[in-house]
Amino acid sequence: MSAHAEGAHATPKFYTMIGIILGILTAFEIAAFYVKPPFEIEILLILSAVKFILVVGFFMHLKFDHNVFTLVFVAGLVLAVFMVGALFTLYHFVPSTTPEQFINV
Amino acid sequence: MANTAAVAHDDHHYTSTGQNSWKLGFWTFIGSECLFFGTLIATYMAYKGASVSGPAPLEVFDIPLTSVSTFVLLMSSLAMVLALDGVQKGSKKKALFWLGTVIVFGSIFLGFQYYEFTHFIHEYHLTVQSSLFGSTFYVLTGFHGAHVTVGVIWMTTLFVRVLQDKMPPEKALQVEIGGLYWHFVDIVWIVIFVLIYLIP
Repeated sequence: MSAHAEGAHATPKFYTMIGIILGILTAFEIAAFYVKPPFEIEILLILSAVKFILVVGFFMHLKFDHNVFTLVFVAGLVLAVFMVGALFTLYHFVPSTTPEQFINV
Repeated sequence: MANTAAVAHDDHHYTSTGQNSWKLGFWTFIGSECLFFGTLIATYMAYKGASVSGPAPLEVFDIPLTSVSTFVLLMSSLAMVLALDGVQKGSKKKALFWLGTVIVFGSIFLGFQYYEFTHFIHEYHLTVQSSLFGSTFYVLTGFHGAHVTVGVIWMTTLFVRVLQDKMPPEKALQVEIGGLYWHFVDIVWIVIFVLIYLIP
């Protein structure tokens, strides 16, 4: 497939629909913050992940582009997620490294 | 053939994968930016709740205000993709309108951030030096704001180039790469909004 064929993106109507869905998902996030439903954190994380995927997949055209772009992006993203997870675990679940042990600010 | 014609047409460089080198390079940059913001988010999360002085996040955050600014930034992403569509179709009027919308919405977001920062400093005396929360919050959101500022300047240059008829459809890749940057700034905020503002 040529670069230009892959560069053929969606229609403005489709993009507008994605924009509306993003707005609705944001409204759900704010509602979840105030209503405090069961599994609030899980709901917020899932809604945020869906928004993230919609923007990356459609607005940034990864859905339509060559897989090499996805590979390059996901490589950085996975490393970042592991780093956030590792530091969060280290500082919150390993007693000898919790911030309270050595921070007095 | 198709690729050869494309190279001759838009005068861009292609990698051994057949993909444009500018675009591949920019996606690599975005991948590295994920690590940059990942570091800042990890630092905020690691020290969350560890401040022994100063106000707590829930005391200072104005969720309705931040919700509006989040919505504005999301809609600027929609405007960006519509601006790219305008440039690709050679519609100067459409490209100018949507690029102008991106600039205005980006500036509104920065205005909200300026208000938030000054409000926190004057009302709650929350500064970079006052507590761990202040340090990690200002560094994270400040760097994001700096990225938005760069994005607004970048969009302004694209706007001027479209205005000067220097952005024909063959050069749409320049707008596409600017758009990738703008959307990246948006997805970073999607994560910040939930992890920093909404999750207690």
